Amino acid sequence: MNRFRGFIKKEFYHIFRDRRSLFILFGMPIAQILLFGFAITNEINNVDIGVLDHAKDATTEEIINKISTSKYFSIKEFIEREADIEAAFQKGEIKAVLNFEKDFSRNLVKDHRATIQIITDATDPNTANTISNYTSSILRNYQQELNTDINMPFQVIPQFRMVYNPELKSVFMFVPGVMTIILMLVSAMMTSISITREKELGTMEVLLVSPLKPVLVIVGKVVPYIFLSVINAIVIVVLSIFVFKMPIQGSLLLLGVVSVLFIITSLSLGILISTVSATQQTAMMISLMGLMLPTILLSGFIFPISSMPMALQVISNIIPAKWFIVLLKGIMLKGVGMGCLWKETLILLGMALFFILVSIRKYKTRLE
Amino acid sequence: MQSQQVIEVENLTKMFGAFKAVDAITFNVKRGEIFGFLGANGAGKTTAMKMLIGISNPTSGKAKVAGFDVFTKAESIKKNIGYMSQKFALYDDLTVKENITFFGGIYGLTRAQIREKTTQMIADLALQEVAGQLVGSLPLGWKQKISFSVALLHSPKVVFLDEPTGGVDPITRRQFWEMIYKTANNGTTVFVTTHYMDEAEYCDRVSIMVDGKIEALDTPKKLKEQFGVKTMNDVFLKLARG
Amino acid sequence: MKRIGYIVQKEFKQIFRNKAMLPIIFVMPLIQLIILSNAATFEVKNIKFSYIDHDHSSNSRALIEKFNVSSYFNIISGFQSQALASSAMLDGEVDVILEIPRHFERDLLGDKYAQLGITINAIDGAAAGVESVYINQIVQSFNKEIRVALMQKTAVSIMPITIETIPLFWYNKTLNYKTFMVPGILVVLVTMITLFLSGMNIVREKEIGTLEQINVTPIRKGQFIVGKLFPFWVIGMALLSVGLVISKLIFDVPIVGSLGLMYFYTSIYILVILGIGLFISNYTETQQQAMFIAWFFMVIFILMSGLFTPIESMPQWAQVLTEFNPIKYFVEVMRMVMLKGSSLEDIYPQLAKTMAYALAMNGLAVWSYKKTN
Repeated sequence: MNRFRGFIKKEFYHIFRDRRSLFILFGMPIAQILLFGFAITNEINNVDIGVLDHAKDATTEEIINKISTSKYFSIKEFIEREADIEAAFQKGEIKAVLNFEKDFSRNLVKDHRATIQIITDATDPNTANTISNYTSSILRNYQQELNTDINMPFQVIPQFRMVYNPELKSVFMFVPGVMTIILMLVSAMMTSISITREKELGTMEVLLVSPLKPVLVIVGKVVPYIFLSVINAIVIVVLSIFVFKMPIQGSLLLLGVVSVLFIITSLSLGILISTVSATQQTAMMISLMGLMLPTILLSGFIFPISSMPMALQVISNIIPAKWFIVLLKGIMLKGVGMGCLWKETLILLGMALFFILVSIRKYKTRLE
Repeated sequence: MQSQQVIEVENLTKMFGAFKAVDAITFNVKRGEIFGFLGANGAGKTTAMKMLIGISNPTSGKAKVAGFDVFTKAESIKKNIGYMSQKFALYDDLTVKENITFFGGIYGLTRAQIREKTTQMIADLALQEVAGQLVGSLPLGWKQKISFSVALLHSPKVVFLDEPTGGVDPITRRQFWEMIYKTANNGTTVFVTTHYMDEAEYCDRVSIMVDGKIEALDTPKKLKEQFGVKTMNDVFLKLARG
Repeated sequence: MKRIGYIVQKEFKQIFRNKAMLPIIFVMPLIQLIILSNAATFEVKNIKFSYIDHDHSSNSRALIEKFNVSSYFNIISGFQSQALASSAMLDGEVDVILEIPRHFERDLLGDKYAQLGITINAIDGAAAGVESVYINQIVQSFNKEIRVALMQKTAVSIMPITIETIPLFWYNKTLNYKTFMVPGILVVLVTMITLFLSGMNIVREKEIGTLEQINVTPIRKGQFIVGKLFPFWVIGMALLSVGLVISKLIFDVPIVGSLGLMYFYTSIYILVILGIGLFISNYTETQQQAMFIAWFFMVIFILMSGLFTPIESMPQWAQVLTEFNPIKYFVEVMRMVMLKGSSLEDIYPQLAKTMAYALAMNGLAVWSYKKTN
């Protein structure tokens, strides 16, 4: 046991002597969570749009006014001819054009009906769809103002209650995701690289011929990184609470426990990667190329998993990050406990065990 | 002629912060000489050598290699020297032939020259069997010999060898020194660092560095007389222990 | 020139000889392109829907049926009580709960007015917003049907004023996310491969010790760097080409604009990335450090590029930062040229900035590469 402690100490020295890496390991997650927490949002704000007003009468002016005062849009230019829309879209200056028909007011008075085209640059379908929805709803409100004197019979009025995130803040959605990505990649990358590094430099053999059991050698290499990742996790949670005003509705202890579990899962994935790669280069490419995009895209961090094609929903189950994000949101935002989260916790635990067992087998066969 | 001196060093100094790694060393090396550069680990040998081959800037002093100033003409020096580093520095993932072609190409040899050199080298070192193998798969002794030959590809005036025989078996070491003699006989100066004192005996002249300074410089024979001992090993021990 | 050739030759040999790396460089990115492009969608569908029907009337059932037939909602179950429904939402089994109050039908027919309770899991705020829009649409169409069915009896038809909105989605009529995502993901994959490989390359030789051997040769640093980076430039261009073929064949992404323009832009863009990679390589001692730094920038570049989330919605300071993000320009240009057919003139600002960036990064990289220290 004493020997083992000495070994762990050596690993800590390694890490703490390399000031530059240390700075990177602690500084980067902080920089990233701050940057992304503030900057990443899928809300639509201040979209630049254009107006093509064939009518130029009092009503269209009022509508344009209403649209430009909403926080969603800012009117960037007035277009004179249909033909100019294409050019404006191709330059990428504006995302949508409101096209008012000729005699807009007159039609409204005479026929009680007038039309507006909402032409959107749908290369970005999400923004296009949202612009279209928002404009329609602004127009619907305006329409209701015009119709106040008419009493509409037979109305079912839905009363919405937005739970867990009443203000629909996108921070609540993204902070758990960012935390997951950072912990996952840093942990998996660090272990896979530091183990393959010893392999490449030949020092691994020295450790393996020492009286320490091979398993202990690996554990010893990983312990300092657990420690580092836990510190990172704590820093991120503290920032989430104080900077981003994330609530912790559930138990802080539980949050700690599942975070450590996730860190261990990621680290053991790192160990597994190190068993299949002979050089640092390979280990890095697997942990960076192989993990980065799948973790970002298939974890539900940005894109809702339930909207994905069935096959991808199935694949997403093998992404550890997916389960951790569910756990984080459950504990932080919903305030639920083990009663609801046992399944996700067990899955993460199972994954960690699986990674560790496979790694041990691989190491053994290599040694024999 | 003054050009008989291939390496001229005067008060060459290298500081790392306040630490004097190399402390005002002065020596000359003649054309065709085998110059042994000895010293304990950390005495400053490698640092001194790196200044001479133009990959480390000296702090002060003067030095000329192959007639070029190390301060101003480092790149010209590089055309005229060969270097074999302590770390084995051929590419493990290239074959013997590919390594030769690559380094020949870098030194600006023509294709015909490269072809000629390759054939010659394969014949000299009896590499026919392994020429197409990856260097990484060869035993260390072979690698060292190939490495040395690669350093001589462009017929440099001086070749610098940094502990070339570390970890190699006695037979290979012997063969290696035969290569060194042959090289020197062809007029190429050999500047070699080593830990093996028996190897020091093979050198024309030997310098011994202690704590950044050159404490002794002469032929092995004279050094032994000067210190009144029988072997270079004893000379070294006397100096290194102070 | 000839010396550069030798280095290029050597690099290619080393790349193609490394059997472990080949699939990572050439196969993994393409598989990711194929699979992940399907994942990136903000479309909200398959919403996990549940209801509590306290009324059990024909109208309440008709309303639920309307949700049932909508393609957006999947009815998971009907609950007997609010408590059961809430706990299902806590478990993550449902995301929307529709609560129909007792006397719903009576109120609707009698008072001509009835209320519905709708609870939405709003952790994904944007999705919650979209869900509420869908629900509103369904309820409104329900209102309309009731009105049509019942109004003839009560009569007095007053014609309300209607402003009709006609949405026109240009370039992508069906709002297909893949056409939007495929070019973007392709951009990221090309960038990752070229950045990681170039960032690791020189520092790897530093670590192994071969760089020292190169430094004592008379090769000029410019020659060496060009020779080192050129293979990665080729790999980047090759990946782009295969990626474009996949985009066309598998995803049927329209390629409206000029292929020549896309290649021209990419050829300059990759220089930026290689410059950054080299710069990182020069300032690090080990591959480990180089990778951490490359990773740090890569994550920032990806998430702040407008690839997944819109740049306009970011706070002002963050938008300023994105000006330094090369991926942003590449994503913009690829989408503009590929999907909209933008011309050289249209992408001029992006092109000019990318060129300046390429000059600056490569200048810095060559300057910071020291053969002597």
